[in-house]
This record gives sequence, C-alpha cells and structure tokens, in this order.
Amino acid sequence: MSTVRIPPVLRQSTGGERTVTVSGATVGEVLDSLYEQHPAVRAQLQTPEGDLHKFVNVYLNDEDVRLLSWLDTEVADGDTLMILPAMAGG
Amino acid sequence: MARSYQDLLASAREQVPEVQVPDLASRHASGDGPLVIDIREQHEWDQGHIPGSVHIPRSFLESRIAGVARPGTEVVLSCASGQRSLLAGVTLQDMGFENVASLAGGFQRWKQSGNDFDVPQTLTPDQRSRYSRHVLIPEIGEAGQIKLLNSKALLIGAGGLGSPAAFYLAAAGVGTIGLVDDDVVEASNLQRQIIHTTDRVGMNKGESARVAIEALNPDVTVNTYPYRVSRDNVLNLISDYDVIIDGTDNFPTRYLMSDASLMTRVPLIHASILRFEGHASTFLPYEGPCYRCLFPEPPPPDLAPSCGEAGVLGVLCGVMGNIMATEAIKVLLGIGDPLAGRLMIYDALDMAFTELKIRRDPDCPACGPNAQLEFRDYEAWCSGVGAHTAAAVAR
Repeated sequence: MSTVRIPPVLRQSTGGERTVTVSGATVGEVLDSLYEQHPAVRAQLQTPEGDLHKFVNVYLNDEDVRLLSWLDTEVADGDTLMILPAMAGG
Repeated sequence: MARSYQDLLASAREQVPEVQVPDLASRHASGDGPLVIDIREQHEWDQGHIPGSVHIPRSFLESRIAGVARPGTEVVLSCASGQRSLLAGVTLQDMGFENVASLAGGFQRWKQSGNDFDVPQTLTPDQRSRYSRHVLIPEIGEAGQIKLLNSKALLIGAGGLGSPAAFYLAAAGVGTIGLVDDDVVEASNLQRQIIHTTDRVGMNKGESARVAIEALNPDVTVNTYPYRVSRDNVLNLISDYDVIIDGTDNFPTRYLMSDASLMTRVPLIHASILRFEGHASTFLPYEGPCYRCLFPEPPPPDLAPSCGEAGVLGVLCGVMGNIMATEAIKVLLGIGDPLAGRLMIYDALDMAFTELKIRRDPDCPACGPNAQLEFRDYEAWCSGVGAHTAAAVAR
C-alpha cells in the first residue's frame, strides 16, 4: 500500500481527508485507486481523455513523475504520491 | 622569575619567524599569498589594512582562529609595527599552528613601502551595536553587514508574505526596500500582516509598512510604489534591485514576475500560502529552474482559491515570509545553499517540511534554450480561457 497526499484545494473532494491509503503498482493504478475511493477527484486531475492536467504536478516521493515514466512509473510499498497544484496565495 | 615585555618580545622573536614586507607583497601580487590575519584593534583596522587580510583582534585570536584557519594553514600575523604579531605568533604555535610567521614592521611598513591597502567602508558605532549579532557570525561579519546595507530588495506585495519578509529584512539592515502594493490595509489583514496596525487601516500598504520600517530601523530607505505591477512597469521597477520577493496573491502577477526575473536576471524568491500549507523556492535565472518549469500552466480559477476565499492560518505567513527573507539574505550575501531547484512544502498541521526536486525543463517556454520569452496577456491566460485553449491544442 502507498499513500497519496491530498492538497488543500482537493480536500473537499476527499471528504476533508489529507492523506488517502491506496493500492496499485504504478502511478496510474494508484490514481485509479484514489478515484475509486473519491470519484470527485478524477475530474479535477484528469482530462476526459485520461491525461493528467498540465497544471497538476504529481510527485512520487520527491521526483516529478513527468521525469520518470509518467503514469507507468512503478510505485513501491510505502511510497508517497504527492498531488501538487500551484497555489497563488500571498 | 619576572619577565619584562622586552624579554617576552625577545623570546618570541627567537621562536616565531618573521616575513619581510617585499616578500609578502610579491607573493600577494602573484596571487599566491598566505593567509594574513590582522590582529590590531577595530579602529586601527578601520583606518586601513592589507587587501585580502582577515581581521581578528588579538583578544579574540584564540577563540576565533578556528573559524578562519586550521593548524596546517600558512598564516602571517600582522599588527601595526610587528611586535604584537610576534607575541600572537607564540599563542598560535601553542595552539598547534606550525606554519605561522609575523610581518616584520607590520602594517606601517607595508603602507610606507608604497603597497596598496584597503580603507574599508565601516559600520558606524550605532550600526556596530545594532548589527552585532550578525557581525559575530563568520559567514556575515562586518563585510557582510555592509553588503546588506548596500543591497536593495523589491517586495511585490506587502501582505501576508510581504509583511514579515519586509519587517525582517528591514531589521537585518537591507539598506533599500521597495514595496509594490496598490492595496490599502483592512481590518481582516491584521490577523497575519504584522507590519500593519489597527490605526493604519485604510492607508496604502506600502505606506503603512514604511511607517513600521522607519520606526524599526533608520538605516533603511523605503521606496513605495502604490500601484499594481504590470507588463508596462515591471522592468523599470526591477532594474534598480538586487533581489525580488514575490508575495503576491494571484497567478497573473506570479507568471509576470517569473518572466520579468528571467529578462532582467534578477533572482526571484517565491512563496505561496493557503490554509495550513506553504510552498517556497528560489528561482535563480538560467542557473536553476524557473517558476514555469515547475508550473507550466496556471490552474483554472476553481482550483486556485485565494486566501480571501479559502482562508489562511495567520502564523503560516510568518513561517513562509521568513523563509523568503532568509533566502533573500543568503542570495544577497552569496552564502549557503539557496532553495534553487527545490520546492519546500510546509504543512503546519503535520508540522512537516517536505522537499521536492524541481528540474529545469529543457522545453520550458520561458527559460529553455529555444524559448522566445516575451510578455503575454497574463490576466487572460490565468482566467482559464488561454490555459484551456492551450490544453485543447496540446490534446
């Protein structure tokens, strides 16, 4: 199992949960597992075609998955996936 | 048996080798000089010293030497006439320094022989007292403090992030602080914007910050710009400054500042906040990634609520604003490792700092090798129309 960290702006789609425990061997499977538990998150992260929106960054531990193998990046037990939209507040 | 000063000096002269001024000068000129430590008092040092020498007053020699030299380091001690430096040489030998010498004739002979010397810009007695805790830090010292006093920081926004950042930069003695903000102080700002006060509600934020900064530190020159930063004025605004601190509350300005920082090559210190979470990074133009390498496109408005819409823990502003101030001071002084290529995420609820790697995007439309950087209509782009169009094209 791995952990997905939910940013503040998406927490209304996860019932306020800040982290979600998920299964899955790749980033894509982990996100699918997240969408199963919290369907409202999908539309905020993905285009209708299933690509991640460009304004959403996803990090596996401390690396951007765009620079790894994107949705096929392997996820190990205990890894943390961080969803990171930009924030503008100041 | 009692020993006189002359006795001590004579035995020191037997024990500590002496270096002649012409020998030191020629090694200095060739760039191969030893470490010269000037052990005179502050007021003597202030009147002139050998270029490149390090100042440690004799009374602090034992306690501070480890900060500048190791026992194996070749050290030449210098004083006014070459006597105190001989005695100091004995002390360093006692501490295990084997390669220590004394400059014969000291600084007087150095100067009389026609060699170059530096007369430093110095702190006034008031400044020496005010900044004493900085001056004590080897990485800052008097030279670093003078550098800060000669530095100029431009703060975009004097709100949640700008307030603590400006306050601490002013306290630190950053000599010129520019504040760009078209907004006025409101009662709802005071839960976090600590540079403002209840009796200044209604005043322009830059002007309100000026009152606080001038009361805190008369060394600081405050420039206020009571308007919004825009494509038309940004390059003029930045051109006078050494570092930009971006504490704005909207995406159009964030992208504008990122592009302007690249165009002018002025470092950009970034932070953003929402509820209990803060992000911070330092963007060094063309040395590290830029804001657009990190976030190529702004999120749609519904995924990017402002603090006014979603709230923010007041204290969080202090943490993130002071990370910005810390980064600004490091960049201005050229010390330490800046947050370049790293995004620091602070979660106040977990009390956890997480660091993510940011890489330079080789295809970055702003700082990539093939980028043709020019200002765009940031308002339209960030209002969603442009972003979604771009996304549709990409698909």
